[in-house]
Amino acid sequence: MTATAEPGGATRADTRDSDEPRPASAVVLEVAGLDVRFGSGPGQVHAVRDVSLTLTAGRCVALVGESGSGKSTLGRALLGLAGPNATVTARRLHIHGADALAFGPRDWRTVRGRRLGLVSQDALVALDPLRPIGREIAEPMVAHRLVARRDTGSAVRALLERVGVPDPEQRARSYPHQLSGGLRQRALIASALAAQPDVLITDEPTTALDASVQARILALLGQLKADGTGLLLISHDLAVVEALADEVAVMHEGSVVEAGPVAEVLTHPHHPYTVALLDAVPGRRPRASAGGPPGAPRAAGGGADADGDPLLVVTGAVKHFPVARGARRTAVDDVSFTLRAGETLGLVGESGSGKSTLAGLVLGLLAPDSGEVRLAGRPWSRRPERERRAERHTLQLVPQDPLSAFDPRWTVARILGEALAAVDVPRPDRRTDALPLLEQVGLTDAHLDRRPSALSGGQRQRVAIARALATRPRLLVCDEPVSALDVSTQAQILALLRELAGSLGLAVLFISHDLAVIREICARVLVMKDGRIVETGPVERVFTDPHHPYTRELLSAVPGEIGRAARAGTVPSRPAEERTEMTEMTEKN
Amino acid sequence: MRAAIRPVVARLLGAVVVVWGAVTCSFGALQLIPGDPVNAIVGTNALVGPEQRELLRERYHFDQPLFIQYADHLGRLATGRLGDSYQLQQSVWTVITNQLWPTVELALWASLLAVVLSVAVTVLTSGRSRWPRRISSLVELLVVSTPAFWLGILLLTVFSFHLGWLPVSDTGDPRSLVLPVVTLGLPIAAILTQVLREGLLTALDAPFVLTARARGLAEHSVRSRHALRHSTLPALTLTGWFVGTLLGGAVIVENVFARPGVGRVALQAVSDRDFPVVQGVVALSAVVFVVVAAVVDGLYAVVDPRLRRRTGMVAA
Repeated sequence: MTATAEPGGATRADTRDSDEPRPASAVVLEVAGLDVRFGSGPGQVHAVRDVSLTLTAGRCVALVGESGSGKSTLGRALLGLAGPNATVTARRLHIHGADALAFGPRDWRTVRGRRLGLVSQDALVALDPLRPIGREIAEPMVAHRLVARRDTGSAVRALLERVGVPDPEQRARSYPHQLSGGLRQRALIASALAAQPDVLITDEPTTALDASVQARILALLGQLKADGTGLLLISHDLAVVEALADEVAVMHEGSVVEAGPVAEVLTHPHHPYTVALLDAVPGRRPRASAGGPPGAPRAAGGGADADGDPLLVVTGAVKHFPVARGARRTAVDDVSFTLRAGETLGLVGESGSGKSTLAGLVLGLLAPDSGEVRLAGRPWSRRPERERRAERHTLQLVPQDPLSAFDPRWTVARILGEALAAVDVPRPDRRTDALPLLEQVGLTDAHLDRRPSALSGGQRQRVAIARALATRPRLLVCDEPVSALDVSTQAQILALLRELAGSLGLAVLFISHDLAVIREICARVLVMKDGRIVETGPVERVFTDPHHPYTRELLSAVPGEIGRAARAGTVPSRPAEERTEMTEMTEKN
Repeated sequence: MRAAIRPVVARLLGAVVVVWGAVTCSFGALQLIPGDPVNAIVGTNALVGPEQRELLRERYHFDQPLFIQYADHLGRLATGRLGDSYQLQQSVWTVITNQLWPTVELALWASLLAVVLSVAVTVLTSGRSRWPRRISSLVELLVVSTPAFWLGILLLTVFSFHLGWLPVSDTGDPRSLVLPVVTLGLPIAAILTQVLREGLLTALDAPFVLTARARGLAEHSVRSRHALRHSTLPALTLTGWFVGTLLGGAVIVENVFARPGVGRVALQAVSDRDFPVVQGVVALSAVVFVVVAAVVDGLYAVVDPRLRRRTGMVAA
């Protein structure tokens, strides 16, 4: 399988002038039959199998697949950075006309940064947190002796300007933690561009970002492509791939199972794995219950509140946090909503909008500064914890990242046992009681004695749900429960949550920044911005006919089909580019 | 302006409490040593009559209740009067300042040796090949588990008695400093190396190291410019232990090598029950600890910009 670009790209061995226009079809990297193996002997892992690719200036090749499919390993192997335990073999590996199979460490260093740049996932850790971004951006120029160390200032400013960072003079002195996610990612891209490479290897470049910031970074990458930089886009997000790539290669268990022009592969997939991957994309998945709220008919059996009082009532909740110099930031500002048994309520907004603070108020982990939270008809906030503890089992949390929410040294049996202990299950019965919980979430007794690190991401999230169900709760608060998961696993977990909410008559407060996920599982949605609920209503109405400009902006930022529908249907005539540029300036100062 | 002063005031108050605690503990400990302090002043076989003993008792306020003696002692310390040595017929201040420089010299050279040696060994041995690291780990373990006095005697036997390269005791020759510095610095270097290496290996796994390598940086630049600075953060935390080892080690090293210094004076004073000198040394050590802790807090902010005030992220 070869993701071949336009044929006949003459390899250019001449030394480049940065001003010289690049031929559109210059082949930068050609690899055939690449294998990467880790370790040796019987424990050997064959991470990448017989992959062939061609990267060309000005074109974007996407590698898609689930985590563990070998995408990132392939990207690193192309830079000669697969790691000390890796064995890389290939029939052919040409970088800029030179045979990279014969490269020594010194030859690789001349290629890294200069011919192939790398942009990784999270700029907060991918940039050295102890150094100002200006020095990080200058480093490739100095390493490749393009500019003397003391003369890098103007070049750094020009690069920051090119990637759309406002006020470059001052920003160059900032540290990564002082910048917003979007600006950090721009700085990382600038540092990858500093030595003018022909191709950028971008490994999940927008995965850590909010939808609207993601859209702006994708626009920047599109601009770089138009300027003649080739891109290898590694992503699990098909919507991102669709927005940017010219060609796509689908990876599964180390092999490329399907490759071709992006429009063709995404609309007429041949390989069953590609079909499964496409079906799993939120928004493409068929909605299980397009009608009323999921599980509503059966909810009457689950709780007496179904047609009586709502289970959860939040009225006028306000929460401030003190910030530096006696000032305070309002994280939740006069929020009111209700949630009934059997209902799944979505809460959507960007990071920093106050979603998690609101979850903390509902869970009784934070006390509101004013307003009230009532649970099952009784006051919940403003009660002493000693009194409230007896009722805590009625509401449970499903966290975003169960790996860090579990004690890594505990087995699944012990994790569930602790939750069962909270509802006074005697110690000898805990193990037997844990088993039906696991079966309820689709796991077996084989998982009881495993530790979280020995489970896959989807299995861990299932255990997290089982732990939440152990206390027989009536309300689940799910805080970004599927954001850390691959699309296909995401689909399974969402189906599980939907089924459980229906059969148990659970009320679910489902927090997510992902609109497609919200649309799939929720009946009603709250849109949150800067601590306020700016829009609320049935999910279909909000998605097809958003009233608030912020909701429209969120929807238009979604790459792929939903976003297109929103852009085509409801967004006013102003072009998306223009508006994102304006919000960009207010993104962070 | 007020916001800037508050942490400084808190810091100073904390320092006073630490010094007070150290002084109180040493005062209490010295009271537990059995025997009459007058004996310490006049010596054991001096022919001193009971009247004169009574006179001395009055002059040194030993007849006062313990609490009054303690309050008196604190009052004198607070005004900077450390009193006079019972034995040496000098003020404690003079005794300490006379002996301070040899100890400071020893401690500074030992710190320098420890830091340079540990950084060099860390950078050189945490490579991809395993043997240098294993050998270095073994040597570190040996050095750490060897008591300082034993290490000193061992070095003396080999380098002074057998090989005759270095002098046995202090002769004023700079060469006489070599063995004491090695004895004091080597165990510190061994522990620092272990901590630095652990930090360096963790840092070398971090995503920003991949970014740095992908820029075409040579391996030694990746280590010295990126990873090493991250590995110093856990090592900085050890500084309190570091200072304690230097002070405690100085006592042993100065005695083994018969060098002048505060450590030797302190040991002598304890065995002679020369309370004012012991108290003076304890107070001095406490002050050194407090000053070093303040400097280290500053260093944290120098090394890690995320800890600096007013550089935090203002908005999301």
